Amino acid sequence: MTQHIIEIQGLKKAFQGNPVLLGVDLMVEASQLTVLIGPSGCGKSTLLRCLNGLEVFDEGRISVNGLLLERDPAHPRADREFQRITHQLRAITGMVFQSFNLFPHMTTLENVARPPTIVQGVPPREARANAHQLLEKVGLKDKTALYPAQLSGGQQQRAAIARALAMKPKVLLYDEPTSALDPALVDEVLEVMKELDSEGITQVVVTHEMRFARDVAEKIVFLSEGRVIEEGDPAKIFTDPVDPRTRQFLKRFL
Amino acid sequence: MMQLRIADCRLRIKNPPSFLQSTIRNPQSAITTALLIVLVLLAPSFAFPQSSKPLLWGADAEGGAPYEFQDPRNPSRIIGFEVDIIDAIGHILGRPTQFVQNQWDGLVPGLERGNYDIIVSGLEITPDRAKVINFSRPYYVTYEQLAVRTDDNRIRSLEDCSGKKVGTLKGSLAQRMLEARGDLAVLSYDGQINAYEDLSNGRLDAVLMDYIIALYNVGPLPELKMIGSAVGRLEYGIGVRKEDGALLEQINSALSRMMASGELRQILDRWKLWTPMCAEYFGDRSPGSERADAYQSYMESRLQTTSTWSKARQYLNYIPLLGKGAIVTLELSVIAMALAVIIGLSFALTRLYGPGVLRAFSVAYIESIRGTPLLIQLFLIFYGLPHIGIRLSPMLAAIFGLALNYSAYEAENYRAGIQSIPKTQLEAALALGMTRLQALRYVIVPQAMRLVIPPVTNDFIALLKDSSLVSVITMVELTKAYSQLASIHYDYLGIGLLAAAMYFLIGLPFVRLARMAERYFSPEQRGLTIGGKQRQAA
Repeated sequence: MTQHIIEIQGLKKAFQGNPVLLGVDLMVEASQLTVLIGPSGCGKSTLLRCLNGLEVFDEGRISVNGLLLERDPAHPRADREFQRITHQLRAITGMVFQSFNLFPHMTTLENVARPPTIVQGVPPREARANAHQLLEKVGLKDKTALYPAQLSGGQQQRAAIARALAMKPKVLLYDEPTSALDPALVDEVLEVMKELDSEGITQVVVTHEMRFARDVAEKIVFLSEGRVIEEGDPAKIFTDPVDPRTRQFLKRFL
Repeated sequence: MMQLRIADCRLRIKNPPSFLQSTIRNPQSAITTALLIVLVLLAPSFAFPQSSKPLLWGADAEGGAPYEFQDPRNPSRIIGFEVDIIDAIGHILGRPTQFVQNQWDGLVPGLERGNYDIIVSGLEITPDRAKVINFSRPYYVTYEQLAVRTDDNRIRSLEDCSGKKVGTLKGSLAQRMLEARGDLAVLSYDGQINAYEDLSNGRLDAVLMDYIIALYNVGPLPELKMIGSAVGRLEYGIGVRKEDGALLEQINSALSRMMASGELRQILDRWKLWTPMCAEYFGDRSPGSERADAYQSYMESRLQTTSTWSKARQYLNYIPLLGKGAIVTLELSVIAMALAVIIGLSFALTRLYGPGVLRAFSVAYIESIRGTPLLIQLFLIFYGLPHIGIRLSPMLAAIFGLALNYSAYEAENYRAGIQSIPKTQLEAALALGMTRLQALRYVIVPQAMRLVIPPVTNDFIALLKDSSLVSVITMVELTKAYSQLASIHYDYLGIGLLAAAMYFLIGLPFVRLARMAERYFSPEQRGLTIGGKQRQAA
């Protein structure tokens, strides 16, 4: 019996009346790499952003590592309790953005070392030592003193992953981490994610890199029009999808 | 002898340090740092009461000779016939005296406000003034004197001025006399020099002023002449607050003693001020001494033909006095700007992120401060607040006035800066688990900082120049020092250029500093400009 670190039930979200998520149910197993795929506008990014509170969902429940975030349509506004749990949720979920969003006024090292000190009160010396380790792990050992503007896109995204890891999250979320990169730089980022997977870190990735999804993911989730259409083992999904919409979508990539 | 001092900078708030103490406990706070700077810079101006309290007398040294003015031979010294009189009174009362500079038309409110104990500044005894303050018995009686251009034969008396342009001093008795006539155009001036200058250059047809002003100003100018007989009669009295009855009595008895002993007449003779009215009022019809040494000495200094070299040397003499004003300007501007930056930042943040009520308050504050003149704000703070029990020293009032005014502009600078930081930066910070406040403090504001440095520098330079307005609340800063000097030496051009150069020089280092700060806050830009040479990690 596998342990579900993330449980999503009946998640609904609309932007100014336009429904984006129409009741998503999803389980994510711990220590696995889960890939969300689906056509543009299917709601996969929104789903990911709901997982660490960057978007406030309208209805449903999310449980991450036992922490339960719940919305009842009877209470249309996010209340204080909801915000408090959202804040706790952020402590256990790390986020990697499409556009990296490193802090341009800090060096690479500071980007990784400062947040733990600010948020968790980690002593600066310890945070720096840890940051050096993480940057070495993502292959940026000799770039620590540079500013984000001096790094390539791939290097910036690897630094952003190190920054997220520095908070010691239970789950790492990636929102199209390679979409803004030159094709030549994509692999160095995927390589890092692959290595993290081998270390047993739980990762949820929204991506269009189908080759990566097929080769590395333990589980593929296909979303369309705000719902989970199909999920399962990559070998199964990529070779023999059940739903015609999945087949239609994958045809363009394979 | 009397030294020109930036007097009355003492704090008048009850127990000033108590409200500062609470903030000092948190040494990291930037506000504390700024307040400490304020304290350190203000420290020399804290004055403690001495055993024998000095008699503070308010006057306007810009009024010029012979009232009280900077000695042309030693501009850091104030001399004049009223200085001699007040010295003699102080001697009789056994109290040291201290001069307090105050704009002439603000002398009465300044007295009521408690900036000084008495007014001795050629203040004429008039019924409406006597409603507000008490006057001592007159210490001098004189009349109004008409002056015209030497080559002008049309005007022989005030009657000939009908339909002409006549200049006088703002708020003086002469102004009221002229306005009461109703048949001529009255132009009122802040200083007599400008009035006589406008008479020389033809902007005016005549000038009507107190005889003693005419004596000291028309005399040395060949192009002007005094004409006509004595107009009216006016008495100078020492102004005292209504509630200070005992002080008034002391001064009256001192004046009586000086009249009886001939001391007062001696002073008036030294300055060549004896008039027929004085003779009548003193009951002293003797011809008096011809030795008007103070008058002679002043005229000599006025008529000195100056070579270029001695003129240059004279300018050197002005520098310490202008420098003193420049230091006040600098001190004032730096503290006010530091406060404006801090206050402005908090208003920008509440306007952007605060809860509804605070946000509305911020908007109201910014709009109302920005939409009203600094001059009125200064008057409100200095003369208005004492009515509700808040009495600030001129220095503090000036600092707060400028700081509040500029904080509104700074708030908008910051708002623009903060809003230009991409929203994704806030998202990234929140996603890392930062609170909104932490995200602002460590991520958004530091990035906004470098964007706002150019407009903030701009505002500092503007504030530096706007600080000249605080002379209306009795601060002697660079512009006031300039106009005082210029009025004594009849040199608005040379000294003006000198003062302008000083403003420029004060501002210059800050422009450089801002450029350095910009580089400091934009490390990645700095990194890019050094190109391939990259700093190595420690």
